[in-house]
This record gives sequence, C-alpha cells and structure tokens, in this order.
Amino acid sequence: MSDNTAPALIGSSGDSLREAFGKELTRIAADFPNLVVLDADVAGGTGIHHFRKAHPDKFLQFGIAEQNMVAAAGGLAATGMLPIVSGFACFLERAYEQARLSIGYARRNVKIVASHPGLDVGPDGGSAQALEDIAAFRAIPGMTVISPADPVETALATRAILEFDGPVYMRTGRSASVRLFDDSHKFEIGKGQILRDGSDVTLVACGVEVARAMKAADLLADEGVDARVVNMPTIKPIDEVLLKRCVIETGCLVTAEDHNIYGGLGSAVAEAVTKHRPCPIEFVGLMDSFGCSGEPDELAEYFKITAPFIAAAAMRAIARKDALQ
Amino acid sequence: MPIAAHAQSKAEMAATHPGIEAQIAEAARFTRRHLVASIYRATSGHPGGALSCADILAALFGAELNMWPNAVDDPQRDRFVLSKGHACPTLYAIAAWHGFCDRKQSLNLRKLGSPFQGHPHVKDLPWVETSTGSLGQGFSVAMGMAMGLKLQKINARVYTVLGDGEMQEGSVWETAMCSAHHKLDNFCTVIDYNKMQSDALNEEICGLYPLGDKWRAFGWEVQEIDGHNTSEILAAFRNAATTRGKPSMIIANTIKGKGVPYMEGSPAWHGSVKLSREQAETALVALGCNAEEIKEFLDV
Repeated sequence: MSDNTAPALIGSSGDSLREAFGKELTRIAADFPNLVVLDADVAGGTGIHHFRKAHPDKFLQFGIAEQNMVAAAGGLAATGMLPIVSGFACFLERAYEQARLSIGYARRNVKIVASHPGLDVGPDGGSAQALEDIAAFRAIPGMTVISPADPVETALATRAILEFDGPVYMRTGRSASVRLFDDSHKFEIGKGQILRDGSDVTLVACGVEVARAMKAADLLADEGVDARVVNMPTIKPIDEVLLKRCVIETGCLVTAEDHNIYGGLGSAVAEAVTKHRPCPIEFVGLMDSFGCSGEPDELAEYFKITAPFIAAAAMRAIARKDALQ
Repeated sequence: MPIAAHAQSKAEMAATHPGIEAQIAEAARFTRRHLVASIYRATSGHPGGALSCADILAALFGAELNMWPNAVDDPQRDRFVLSKGHACPTLYAIAAWHGFCDRKQSLNLRKLGSPFQGHPHVKDLPWVETSTGSLGQGFSVAMGMAMGLKLQKINARVYTVLGDGEMQEGSVWETAMCSAHHKLDNFCTVIDYNKMQSDALNEEICGLYPLGDKWRAFGWEVQEIDGHNTSEILAAFRNAATTRGKPSMIIANTIKGKGVPYMEGSPAWHGSVKLSREQAETALVALGCNAEEIKEFLDV
C-alpha cells in the first residue's frame, strides 16, 4: 500500500471529478503494469482522453456496446489484467446484468468508473441522468461503491481502487466542482470523515452534495444550530463506526445525495443506524423522480438538493429528535 | 507451446495418434451417459442441448484444448467457456472423464452444497473459467480473455460454445463486431446449431437464417460442419488455429437430444425437465449401458 496522499497539481478548483480521475489515472498508470482502460466511445466525456493520449497501448475501444465491454472486462481480469471500465453512468446501467454475473458473481477485479451521474449531467436531460446507479450497484454482493466529493478525493480514490482487490463501482462527475480538500487529504475505502464538527445534527453527504452540506452548515450556524458535516465517499461498505458515533453525539441525521432517496446513501445510512442505534433521519435527494433538462445548479435547486433544503431537513430532524426527548 | 509441463499440444498429439477419434467417441459416450444420469439424479436440468454438444466438447477436450487437470491455473493454458451454461452437465461429464473432477461427485448436480451448480460457477470449480448461465455473457467474457492473452503476448487460444437460441441476445452481436474489429484470431467459437430453443424451433421463435452469412458479414472466418462428426470437428479446429487476422466461427449442425432416440429432435427435452426412472433407464440403454452400468450411474 503506497502512501495515498493527494498529488499536487491535480484538482485545482473548478476541475471536474472526471478530469481529476482521467489526469490522475494517466499519471499513476505506470504503477499498475496490467492496467487497461475500456471505453465505449465516450473517452472525451469521461476524462479518459488524457489516458488514451498518454497510454494508447493500454486503451481498448469497444464502441457503443456497454454490455460487451463490461462482460469483456471480466474476461480481461480473468487473464490477470486490471481493467477499468469507463463510461457514462446511465449507459453502464445497461450492462447491469453483465456487472452482476461476469464481474460480481465471478468476483473479478474490475473497476467500473462512471462519469455523468445524477443531475450533474445537466442539459442532456432526464434520459441521461442516472439517479439509481448507487442503489443498483450497491445491491450486487461484494461490490464496493464510491462517490468522491472533490477533485483531490477523486484522484486519491483512483489510486485506492486500483490498489484494492475486488470489484468497485465509482462515480466521478461532469460539472466543475468545488475544491474541498488540500494536498494533505487522506482517502481510505470504507472510511468517512468529519469535515466540520457540531453537536445538534449530522449532515452526511457524498459526491457533489458534500460541498452543499458544508454550505448548509453555514446557514444553520446563522440560525444558531451547530451542525456536523460528514463526508461519506464510500457508500458500500459504509462507515458504521463513524455513523454510530455521530448518532450518539448528535442524535439525528440528514443524508444528502445527487440520487434517488431510495437505495443510495440515505438507505445505506439508515440501514447502519437502525442496526446500531435508531434516530431520526431526514433524506435529501430525488424524491423518487427522474430528472430533466437544465443546468446542474438549476436542477439542484429545482429538485431541492441545495444547501437551503439540506438546512431545512436538518431543522426537521432536530425537531423530531427534540420531540422524542 | 502453451503448457510447459506438456511437450506436445493436444492437437500435435492427436495428429500422431491414429486412435484419437475412437477415444473421442468413447469420451462422448461416457459424457452422454453421465449427463443423463446427473440430470435424472438432479430431477431437473436441460438434457436436449446438453446431448447436442457432447461430441463438440469431447473433441475439444480430447484433442484441442491445451488445459490439464494438474495445471488449471497455468497462465499459458487455453481457455474454454461454455457460454450456453445450461448445458453444463456435458461440461461436468467431459471434465470428469479427463480427470478435472471426480466422476461420482460430478453426478451430484444442482444440489445444495455441491459445486456442480445448475449453471457453472468459477468460484466453485477451479477449471471453470467464468460463470455462465445468462446467455450471451460467456461469449463476451471469452472475448475479453482472448484480448487479455493477446495483450500479454500469451500464445494460448480461447474456445467457447454458444447455443443457437443465444444468437437472439443482442450482446452476442456486439461481441461479434468487436472480436472481428480487434482481429482476435486466438478466439474460436462453436455454435451448437440444433435449431431448437426452449419453446420451439429457432425459426418459429425469432429466425436465425442465414446464420453463416450473418457471421461472415460480421468479419468472421466461418465453417459449417456436422457437429456429430468427430473428424469434421477436429478439421474445423485445425483450420481455426491456422486462421490469421480474424476470429473463427464453427457452425456445428447438431441434433437436439442426440444419442437418446426419444429426445432427438424434440424441443420438449430442452428443459428444465424431470426424467423419470424409466426415461433415464431407456436413455442409458440407448447409450449402450448394461444393467450393472445403469445401476452404477443411477443409484450408486
């Protein structure tokens, strides 16, 4: 295991997660001699064009045929290669059964990296916005599911998933992201971290919602509410120890994700919390609906997953907690 | 030469071995008896499509596939993927014949705790190369193996057997296109073309004709043979092994249920079916078993 600290020069503010992934993968490729990257004609959209340019001999073009690509990744891994399957989240869902049988069931060391998840896709509209990918991949036995929060964390997670032995599904992102972490940030699969301490409520978020949860904590502070913010980049296996601690110390939770409220981060958190010490939880995410066209920030507002909605959910959670006492 | 432990490839050995076809016929006979018995014992399974590919697998394991029981994880080995995973009783039987697994234990098909599941699973049996059972997927995975071997400059071949109904899966044609595009001449596929699928004839369900033209149009080297004629099967494998720059397709014309007269040519035996004692015995008699052998297969 190498020292997984943030690489300099990757993840300047405004870099998208897909850019951070593509650049970091290109940078560290030499450390993984059997690495091969599979693409379904979307390299320019996934950050993989950086890799293709630098390592054309390790780049495999499959054309617009995700089912074949995902199953073939299982075959490549069977011969000792280390395949990264790269694509848009919604189209990788098309190969769900291949991921289930030929990667999950066969337990192949394949990394599925999905750009364009959630509302973050924006103007392409509802057809292209995967809002159920975390739920779907989380349900495959043995599949690790990751959604990093910023470019630095994405770069760190890129190395971490390559060093990890087992199937992984990881989200990146299309739009310009907020840089949350500096070069001292650490990432470990299965571990969340407290970004801001607080005692009234814990806001648990992943992906683009982490920055919004941080903003929500500021809004709550203005109201005199002391909110804790937890970054939860690994949705499976979820950090149950940290969640248990947050329940004990803050008594209620809000989850925030760019995903349907069913089956994603919120569900994973609820499963863990009810197992150990139930408490009020409010869920911020898509209320069992598809997306639509619009700019990512407009959509976030429209579908009520921005900071003010997270803050409002926190107030509801606190009220429910108080009602119990 | 793929496997260091073996000075000769199976094809080379077969070429200098005049009795090879008789050996393959004997293996195929055992395979048919074994698969009928295991499906009878399981009280479910797919005998029709298992019987139709018995000669293909017997020829493949007997004279082509460079894979040995004492070296199942040798990176240099040839790979075989049974994409029509429901025909796994045939795979278990031929594997048992060649010593990859125990002949008695492998009769314990589709039972709780048995590694011989209703569709083959790579985590259960070390000589199964990937888990199959969802039609089309084994073909794609096998293609990935052929790519991986080429990338690592390993001079081994990948073989796969598909069912004809499997042609209706769209992903098969994704793999067909991709294999030709990447010029995977280390990749050899056999279609067990018994013309029948679960419910009825292919042509009644969703027609495949003209199957050979389809594969030629997709850029494959296509051979059309009698899938029950061992010398034709072996010749086709030899042609495939010397084809350069494109993948090979062997369309093996077969008879569903081949070897058990009451099953031959009837989609009723596609499965999953329960064989009665009488049906199993009748089948074994047709396959040349004497009373003692029948008891051995069905009872012991």
